[in-house]
Amino acid sequence: MSANGTGPSLVLVLAVGVLVGCGVTLLLERSLTRILLGIILLGNGVNLLILLGGRPGAPPVVGLSPTDRMSDAVPQAMVLTSIVITFGLTAFLLAVGYRSWYLTGDDEVPDDLEDRQIVRRAERDEVATSDRGGEGANGDPEQVDPEPARRRLRRGDGAG
Amino acid sequence: MNRLLPLPVVVPLLGAALTLVLGRWPRLQRAISVGGLATTLAVAAVLLVQAYRHGPVVLAIGGWPPPVGIVLVADQLAALMLVVSAAVTLCVLLYSIGQGQADIGENAPITIYHPTYLVLTAGVTNAFLAGDLFNLFVGFEILLAASFVLITLGGTETRIRTGSTYVVVSILSSMVFLASVGLVYAATGTLNMAQLAERLDALPGGVRLALQLMLLLAFGVKAAVFPLSAWLPDSYPTAPAPVTAVFAGLLTKVGVYAIIRTETLLFPGGQVGTLLLVVAGLTMLIGILGAVAQSDMKRLFSFTLVSHIGYMIFGVGLSTLAGLSGAIFYVVHHITIQTTLFLVAGLVEVRAGSTDLRRLGGLARVAPLLGVLFFVPAMNLAGVPPLSGFLGKLGLLQAGVAAGGALPAALVAAGTATSLLTLYVASRVWNIAFWRAPRLATAEPTVRLPTLMVGATVALVALGLALTVAAGPLFDVTADAAADLRDRTPYVRAVFPGGTP
Repeated sequence: MSANGTGPSLVLVLAVGVLVGCGVTLLLERSLTRILLGIILLGNGVNLLILLGGRPGAPPVVGLSPTDRMSDAVPQAMVLTSIVITFGLTAFLLAVGYRSWYLTGDDEVPDDLEDRQIVRRAERDEVATSDRGGEGANGDPEQVDPEPARRRLRRGDGAG
Repeated sequence: MNRLLPLPVVVPLLGAALTLVLGRWPRLQRAISVGGLATTLAVAAVLLVQAYRHGPVVLAIGGWPPPVGIVLVADQLAALMLVVSAAVTLCVLLYSIGQGQADIGENAPITIYHPTYLVLTAGVTNAFLAGDLFNLFVGFEILLAASFVLITLGGTETRIRTGSTYVVVSILSSMVFLASVGLVYAATGTLNMAQLAERLDALPGGVRLALQLMLLLAFGVKAAVFPLSAWLPDSYPTAPAPVTAVFAGLLTKVGVYAIIRTETLLFPGGQVGTLLLVVAGLTMLIGILGAVAQSDMKRLFSFTLVSHIGYMIFGVGLSTLAGLSGAIFYVVHHITIQTTLFLVAGLVEVRAGSTDLRRLGGLARVAPLLGVLFFVPAMNLAGVPPLSGFLGKLGLLQAGVAAGGALPAALVAAGTATSLLTLYVASRVWNIAFWRAPRLATAEPTVRLPTLMVGATVALVALGLALTVAAGPLFDVTADAAADLRDRTPYVRAVFPGGTP
């Protein structure tokens, strides 16, 4: 893989596989705490994966080692950035999980309310009430012409 | 000229820091954020003119030359997106200031709102300007982190419930993106996009396809393309109206922008076009069928948002000049219109107390101006001639017909059906919420809509109409941008004037 013939070590590759695998499994859970643990594992797995992309070697400091033996510094810089980002996001998710537990006594992520309503309606095979309109012109007092006042026939006029 | 280039990122970030410090003086806070975004808009406009006349504007940050240092690149596509996004964010900011002055309560923006909003803007502009794959990732992370705070603003039970879905899905897509960035680096040894354009071509087909699909997966989640779109309608509607509006307008479009950029610059041609077309058709149809079933205005608009992402992916999938040009025009149109519709939904909520169609009615009679403000963008979204939605759809459908073949023809049919169904959805909302007998969710006496909120919405409606009037010149710009994208050389040569190292 790398320039001097040493490929990535098998241990690292296995570690990436295990971390990502465990992370994905945990992500499939419903409880936010487990999802959080999954994200941490997944994030670390991905960070290791990035590190694998670079060349291993001596510290990349000029003067300490010859240039061709130096390790690749770019993946290390990327990993540092992404560790910071993962850390921040983890902290935020922890706060969300805590808030969820504080509000509902639970940190499960439930289905969406509207989704559940629509599923229920679909099971009963009915249309949303608002679509039927509910009222035609008759239901709207302003659209109906007022009934003409009934004409009273007075005794005096007309067919006498 | 290229010294202006960092300003769209730096000004909002500085503004965010200042507004955070000045949290106790709301008036000053507002002035700074409005000033910052206005500056961004002005700079973006200058950059667009410059990119249109003289080709891409490039700046190597810190004076480090490109393959080592990070570059910011504003080609026509990026500059156009900058202008539209800056205009939209400015309008939404004014709207939220109007809302903040009007009501104190759950919806009132708190001190943290302005800094977070500015950070979000900085993330969006950074993603547009990034000339480096990792910088694009950082831009995405900035905007996502800010959006997490905005979507859970106030920390109420519903917002936490919907916010956690959003946060987890976004983080997951970022992980996929990060992994693919790492793999791209492992395969090519560089992350500079101009350099990648050449090195990726030299890779074996299988590796190239794998990298392309991984990036596409990451951006597909962010852009809410069909099989990856289920998170969007669940999470957007519960946030405050201006937040939903800016999310709907910008965040998914940043994903679309990233798809356009990678598909044209990094992975032109190839088998993925077919996949994109299939996915685009499904996104359009399934999204709009979802919208038909909804009974809440905000959720309904979230589904139309998903559905119309399909049009843009359709244009990208065609990858012809006309297709790309149409897709870029459609992005510009859709950012404006979708934001406007969510702002109108917010106005309806203020005026009538709810956006639930079951509890609304007769708004056109009660608030005629609101009726007009809804009607124009809704018809624009549906693609009624001669509005910009019609022009954008027409451009894409023509591109589809010109491309020939069974799949583009099927996509043209799907696009037409989606347009008609959007018209059905828009008129359904119109009939129920605006046309039938008056019915309001609140029994409270008439609330006067704050002038600033209405003003900002009017400005956006006017912007949508201006896009219609200026469609000719705009199509010139998008066609030019599309030609540059397909060429790839203008971008690469701008980053490496002396040839790629």
